[in-house]
Formats: sequence, structure tokens, C-alpha cells
Amino acid sequence: MSAGLNLTLHVWRQAGPNAAGRMVDYKATDISPEMSFLEMLDVVNERLIESGGDPIAFDHDCREGICGMCGVMINGAAHGPMKLTTACQLHMRTFKDGDEITIEPWRAAGFPVVRDLVVDRSALDRIIQAGGYISAPTGSAQDANALPIPKQDADEAMDAAACIGCGACVAACPNSSASLFTSAKITHLGKLPQGQPERYRRALSMVAQMDLEGFGGCTLFGECQEACPKGISIDSITQMNRDYLWASLTKREEKKVAGAG
Amino acid sequence: MGALGKFWESSVGKKIVMGVTGVILVGFVIGHMAGNLQFFAGADRYNAYARLLKHDIIELTWIVRGTLIVSVILHVTAAYQLTMRNRAARPADYALREPQVSTYASRTMRWGGVYLLVFLLYHIGHFTTGWFHPAFSETGTWGNVAIAFKSVPVALFYLGAMALLALHLYHGIWACARTLGFARPSANPLQRRIALVLAIVVSVGFSLLPLSVVLGFVR
Repeated sequence: MSAGLNLTLHVWRQAGPNAAGRMVDYKATDISPEMSFLEMLDVVNERLIESGGDPIAFDHDCREGICGMCGVMINGAAHGPMKLTTACQLHMRTFKDGDEITIEPWRAAGFPVVRDLVVDRSALDRIIQAGGYISAPTGSAQDANALPIPKQDADEAMDAAACIGCGACVAACPNSSASLFTSAKITHLGKLPQGQPERYRRALSMVAQMDLEGFGGCTLFGECQEACPKGISIDSITQMNRDYLWASLTKREEKKVAGAG
Repeated sequence: MGALGKFWESSVGKKIVMGVTGVILVGFVIGHMAGNLQFFAGADRYNAYARLLKHDIIELTWIVRGTLIVSVILHVTAAYQLTMRNRAARPADYALREPQVSTYASRTMRWGGVYLLVFLLYHIGHFTTGWFHPAFSETGTWGNVAIAFKSVPVALFYLGAMALLALHLYHGIWACARTLGFARPSANPLQRRIALVLAIVVSVGFSLLPLSVVLGFVR
């Protein structure tokens, strides 16, 4: 067992959505390098509770890097210094004894702070509700092999589908843009045959919802791709822009009386 | 709101407008730079070229000017509105945020763009209308250039603009291909060779004029 780490944490504390927040310093002593980042926060919270203090609120759920709940800004990087990981999969061996660690919530108009490090990411759900789905008729599922899909399309769709909705792309973007998130779903469904009927309507309505939620626009800084724990490429943003442009050019009026059969 | 209004209201729509106008403006700076290099072919050749543009094909010149003016207005308006929205999208900033991969060029787009706009207005007043030129001659375009760049501050102002133009093109040309959706998927999407080459060629090509005068190669 290696020696424990002694760290200084600078943590954003905010009692509620409308309360004024501030950075508060904490000593985290004798932290095992084998702990995950969240376990380190658990230990700090245990000690805070024991000493009669108020524990630091942070989001977490699966703690195995697939649920997307646990994002925080760690030393200025979304999910911390390690690439392709969520905060729960970041381990304390990444840090050195004596390190100072700044921990902040995601910052975006679309992600209001609920308490301390917890933000409300339901704006992302509303973007999905605007068109990030396919409408499938009921009945027995047809044979999977009945719809041939080129390998490359299947691969690109799967890569985009890896999004866990953690919001790191928004957090890392200097514009607080949700373009990577929105475009990942547009690419995932737009690459597959099942996504085609709603493809262009989807691009228009998801982009409209993204703007409505108060997220910024994409200026291709590239920070989102670097922050994404699932390694989703900004190529998906190109796909979104292409679909949006094509959708705008080919949009047809929806018929009001016809179409009933 | 009509379809066009909705398109303009959307953040992606505004970016597409910036991309299309960007393509027009990049095409213009390449042509303008190539035309400028005739400066080194001597006064007669350069003045004849200026006469061609300002008299012989003036109608065509005005069509190009009109397109460019509309492009600049749309490009700047969209950039301003998007910048304001992007600022509003982060009402409370981080105490600490470390840029991971964003380039210096991408972070200079906004203030660099403002510098280029100021430069553009000065430049038109300098060499097109002659308002800011100490000894402007309608027919002696070569002399106008040679006299203007004898002033070191003026030459430096132009060279500064060309450095920022290089950064603007380096990010802008690459971003444009992605905004307009014609960039192909890439294993390394941050790579930008074509943008790098065009940025260097255009800015160095333009810079040769003030440099050659201020360093005394052309008298």
C-alpha cells in the first residue's frame, strides 16, 4: 500500500439554485491513490459530516463510467486530466502528494446549478425529446439482417451512439455549446436506415431545441471532442451541419388535409 | 416566421451564412493577393492593372464590390450575434478552465476579426478613395503603394493585419469545411493542412508589398 496523498481542494459550494456560491478550501489528508475521484469526495464528505459540516453535493450513479451522471470540472478540464474517462473512473494516482485540485460544476446557462457540484442537465433530455428518436411501428420485429447496413455506417453510428449525455462537451466548450451532444444523436440515427424517415425533420427540431435551451453555438474550438469521455468526434458536428443545411434547402410544407390515407 | 427567418435565427444557420460568405471572402483575398503581386512587375504593369479594374471593367468591379460588401455585412453581423449568444450561454464562468486542444488561431477569431474590420475600412480609405493617403494619385497606383509603405507605422499596421488574417484563415477555412458539411470524416479531425497552406500563401503574398518597401528593396 502506497502512502496516502495530502491534497488541498478548492470546491464550489452553493446552497441552492438561487443562492450565491463561492469557492471553499478543504484539506483532504491521507487519500489512497487507489481511490476513484468520487471515493475521495466520499471520504472528504464523511469527515465533513463527522465534524458537523455540510457534505459536498455531487452527482453520481453507476460509478463505472457509463451512466453520465458524475461530471465535474477538475482543474479546469471536464472530468479531469485523464482522457476518455468520466470523473468516477479517474483515480487518485493521477495526482501527486501536495496537489491543489479545483472542483467546479459544469458552467452553462442551459445547466443551472442545483446545489454545489450538481447541475440540472434536463435540457439535454428535451433536445432528445425534440427528435432524437425513431418512430417504430408496433408488431413483431423484422429480421435484423433484412436491412443491410454498410460496415462503415454501422461503425460511425455506434461511435456516435456511445454518448452518455454527461454534458462534458458543453462544460468544456468556451461557448457552452451543446453541438457535440446534439450532433452525436443526429449522426447515430442519421447513419442508419431506421433513422432516415425523420432524418431532416430531426435535424431542424433538435437544433431549434438546442438554441431554445440557451446553449451557445459551435465555433469549432475542438474542446468538446477532447473532453468527451466516449471519444465522440467533431465529425458528428459536420454531419449535423450538413443535415441541417440539406433539411433547410429541401423542407416541404406539411399537408394539412391530405395524408390521411 | 418564414423558412429563411428560421434559418437565420438558428445558430447553425448563422454559422452556415458565415461559412458561405467566408468562402466568397477567401476567394477574394486569394485573387486580390495574386493581383497585388504585379507590383513587382513594375509601375506600368501595376498601373495598367489598376486601370483595368477601375475603368475598363468597372461594371464587373462593382458587381464584385457589391457581393463583397454584402458578404462582409452578413459575416460580421452573424459573428457579432453569435458571439453575444455564446457569451450569454455562460453567465457564470469557471474559476479555472484550461484550454486543452483549441488553437491560438481559434481564440483570436473574435478580436482578430474586429482588427481586420478596422483594417478593411482603413485600407479602402487608404488605397481606393485616398482619404487617408498623404499623396494619393488616381492613376499612379504603384506610386500610391510605394509612398504609403515608406511610413513604418503604416507598414506595421498592414503587417499586423496580415498576421491576423493568417490566423483567421487558418481556423476559418478549416472550420468552414465543417460548418458547410463538406469535410469528410477523418481519424484526426483537428488536422488542417489545406487551411495552413492557404493561410501562409495569402498572408505572405500580401505582406511582400509592405515588406519590400519598408526594407528598401523597392524604391
